[in-house]
Amino acid sequence: MKFAVIVFPGSNCDVDMYHAIKDELGEEVEYVWHDTENLDQYDGILLPGGFSYGDYLRTGAIARFSKVMQEVVKAAKAGKPVLGVCNGFQILLESGLLPGAMRRNESLKFICRPTQLKVVNNETMFSSAYGDGERIQIPIAHGEGNYYCDEETLERLKANNQIVFTYENNPNGSLENIAGVVNEQGNVLGMMPHPERAVDELLGGADGLKLFQSIVKQWREANVVKA
Amino acid sequence: MSLKLEPSPEQIKLEKVYREMGLTDEEFASVEKILGRTPNYTETGLFSVMWSEHCSYKNSKPVLRKFPTKGERVLQGPGEGAGIVDIGDEQAVVFKIESHNHPSAIEPYQGAATGVGGIIRDVFSMGARPIALLNSLRFGELDASARVRYLFKEVVAGIAGYGNCIGIPTVGGEVQFDPCYEGNPLVNAMCVGLIDHKDIKKGQAHGVGNTVMYVGAKTGRDGIHGATFASEELSESSDEKRPAVQVGDPFMEKLLIEACLELIHSDALVGIQDMGAAGLTSSSAEMASKAGSGIEMNLDLVPQRETGMTAYEMMLSESQERMLIVVKKGREQEIVELFSKYDLECVAIGTVTDDKMLRLVHKGEVVADVPADSLAEDAPVYYKPSREPEYFREFQAMENDIPEVDDYNETLINLLKQSTIASKEWVYDQYDYMVRTNTVVAPGSDAAIVRIRGTEKALAMTTDCNSRYIYLDPETGGKIAVAEAARNIVASGGEPLAITDCLNFGNPEKPEIFWQFEKAVDGMSEACLKLNAPVIGGNVSLYNETNGTAIYPTPVVGMVGLVENLNHITTQSFKEAGDLIYVIGETKDEFGGSELQKLTYGRIFGKAPELDLDIEEKNQKQVLAAIRAGLVASAHDIAEGGLAVAVAESLFGTKLGAQIEVSGNITSALFSESQSRFLVSVKKEHQEKFESLVDAVLIGETTNTPNLEIYANDKLVLEQEVVDLEGAWRGAIPCLLK
Amino acid sequence: MFKVKVYVTLRESVLDPQGAAVTHSLQSLSYHEVTDVRIGKYMELTIEKSDRDVEEVVKEVCDRLLANPVIEDYRYEIEEAVAQ
Repeated sequence: MKFAVIVFPGSNCDVDMYHAIKDELGEEVEYVWHDTENLDQYDGILLPGGFSYGDYLRTGAIARFSKVMQEVVKAAKAGKPVLGVCNGFQILLESGLLPGAMRRNESLKFICRPTQLKVVNNETMFSSAYGDGERIQIPIAHGEGNYYCDEETLERLKANNQIVFTYENNPNGSLENIAGVVNEQGNVLGMMPHPERAVDELLGGADGLKLFQSIVKQWREANVVKA
Repeated sequence: MSLKLEPSPEQIKLEKVYREMGLTDEEFASVEKILGRTPNYTETGLFSVMWSEHCSYKNSKPVLRKFPTKGERVLQGPGEGAGIVDIGDEQAVVFKIESHNHPSAIEPYQGAATGVGGIIRDVFSMGARPIALLNSLRFGELDASARVRYLFKEVVAGIAGYGNCIGIPTVGGEVQFDPCYEGNPLVNAMCVGLIDHKDIKKGQAHGVGNTVMYVGAKTGRDGIHGATFASEELSESSDEKRPAVQVGDPFMEKLLIEACLELIHSDALVGIQDMGAAGLTSSSAEMASKAGSGIEMNLDLVPQRETGMTAYEMMLSESQERMLIVVKKGREQEIVELFSKYDLECVAIGTVTDDKMLRLVHKGEVVADVPADSLAEDAPVYYKPSREPEYFREFQAMENDIPEVDDYNETLINLLKQSTIASKEWVYDQYDYMVRTNTVVAPGSDAAIVRIRGTEKALAMTTDCNSRYIYLDPETGGKIAVAEAARNIVASGGEPLAITDCLNFGNPEKPEIFWQFEKAVDGMSEACLKLNAPVIGGNVSLYNETNGTAIYPTPVVGMVGLVENLNHITTQSFKEAGDLIYVIGETKDEFGGSELQKLTYGRIFGKAPELDLDIEEKNQKQVLAAIRAGLVASAHDIAEGGLAVAVAESLFGTKLGAQIEVSGNITSALFSESQSRFLVSVKKEHQEKFESLVDAVLIGETTNTPNLEIYANDKLVLEQEVVDLEGAWRGAIPCLLK
Repeated sequence: MFKVKVYVTLRESVLDPQGAAVTHSLQSLSYHEVTDVRIGKYMELTIEKSDRDVEEVVKEVCDRLLANPVIEDYRYEIEEAVAQ
């Protein structure tokens, strides 16, 4: 399976994502610059964390207008897995690929620490390797991860099982402890915690690896087995 | 648009305008002698910033020469953007620490942020990839005033704001609190980078006819005379100097890093330097001077953020996120294209000449024409008078005093709540210490550890300085600062490579302050030599006084060590129940400058703890040998608060307990701050081997019950649930900020 | 040429943690009469005259980029500036 890590000006977790895929997952991966106009050769799209364009207006607000985002939308529509982590999640929200918006953390401070998550939906292409209700440890590092959507949207998220991960101890004030949501089609996941930072026991835990393994497993079943 | 008329050379001389810029009468006279004429306004400005203490070290140079700066691993000592040390396999580590005290006192968020930005540029301008940041911070006591709490919160937010955005992990450092820093906080930022030997670049303008190019943010009027400002005392009127503080743009710097690290692989690049203090002036003068060449620049070509800027303003601006580069003639276009990929402006503004002059042209006229060497190298050097202060003689004459302790339980809790000892989680929770996914040991242990991807090696890094010891006895305190940093590196499984220092002192015009400075440097130098940790660079910050009162002398030591194998990485936390607990090093009745003394009397006095460098070296070697032999489960430097605090810290976060037996004077055994000591835990199966390698005293064992029990002479003298100790330690700083 | 002032604030229904913090801090300074603070962004745009209606342009840039309709409201003031 071949992944693209999209690099926006100001992305800074691109290296982490790249190494998680290459060194720990053992799959093919390439950096893709924000002005790229074709993503056809990639099977999975990864939007890493960071501060795209400095996040000076609103997190993710400017990056969504990058050339590559049209291609990301196309890939999402084609059913390819698209994962946005942290700033990547914020960009997916701004571009309308996922519902809702981000507010500043309730504490008004940037927070960096390991957090406990609950896998509330393990039937997505991003979470099938986890057990139902499994508790996993994945770090967060953000200043604006306080997820918000209106009631109607929340009802829809619940009805469609779109909430994939929740926080065990809400660190940022996020609505309903939401840490990660998937789109209705189930192929676009946005999450504030960083699974790519939890792939190596040396650095404190590898609970994030199963997320990437889930993606690969689903892709193999859909493509390799058939072929 | 009305232009303010600049004073003529005659006016500058007659009305002594140069004095306002920070030049003395004698200095102005020597400028006239160098030029053979009276300098104009722009030229006077060039000399005044370049000859400020901040840029020239004119007051500190004779003392700094005492530092050992050479070693078998040192590839670049002081003098460039940052020092470089070989770590084998054609790789090297680049690091430097720098102060941003004065800007942070005036505008704490931006002052701290731009401090971080500046030190990062120093590192990547050498061609190195920045891999970690540390910060050494000093504030007044948090319960002193809302202003202190504001400074503390904003400085931390500023460091977080810049470091997090740029994507370099802030992995460690220290924060200490003392009334002496109330009006003059210290903000020292350190950056560590990694480089392949072949990529090492220098800030030199070689090759007549080569092109001088300007890269990065536009030039505005911000920060004009920042370097001179940093060389003055803070006073009530400092607020009026607010325009001297610059605003940082971490996004711009992130782009600059990536672009410059791409640039260093181009053979078109000749030299590169950050426009730091004194901006365009220092970068151009120093690059020319180091290469023995000259530079001519056309200031009309300098990208400007504001209209109507004068030559003086452009040359003295300290706008952030700018670099000066020299590229081979004819290769300019490919460099412009490289930077435009990152949306960065890169403009040719001058050429390298052979006449050793820095010549500036503005609107068709030569506005400055001065020898580059005279700016960069020929600043006056002052040998300041030095006098042993009265207080030192008094302290030295005192007998060692053991504070009276009635209740060891209560005392331990109170020590753990002291803001200098208490958990700094509130601080590092705001720093992204994980980005780049190489941080093996996060903030909170003795030293932070960052692995080197693709190797089995890692780097250990720390900053240390207990200024109370240095105030009591600068020479001994200076030794302790270096020795403690090395102890932290060793306890983490590393071997010290070198240090960078940030020498924060009061006004050097006062002989007593200058004496502190000299003695501290003497002590540090001796320890550096003995522990094989040469000084590869750093920074001097003098005039740290508010309304005439100086801070304690605070020469912060930033040390980097090499962990040869990831298996050697050791943390302070106890690992398993049933492990044996040892103390290495002798405990004496030493409380001068200690936390217990401060807690008991509200002030410090007496002698600093002794430091015998032979014993220090022996203890460190033994501990490192035991760690490398795989015999040590945990290791911790016994520092502020003494043994009891060290044991408690080793228990936090582990769910374990400990039973300890001490002897002799109980207060000294538990709380003395004698130096050269380690607390280590060892698996029982390694007991024999460990004891054969290390001169250590077995003092107890870790247990499965999460209690700390300390016995003295067969009597239980301290018993606490670890959860209570940990609660006091974790809760202290958040509680003070409420 | 037009000088346009754009004010972006969080929608009434959305909690404003910054505003809440400032309200709290003012009350602790004894300004009890201050009962609410909402914090937003203020932007100044300079827009050249073109064939398009200036208000249409302003609305469009607000909707597309300057504000996020999920959580933010905006209002604006347009002033025609006389060229110097």
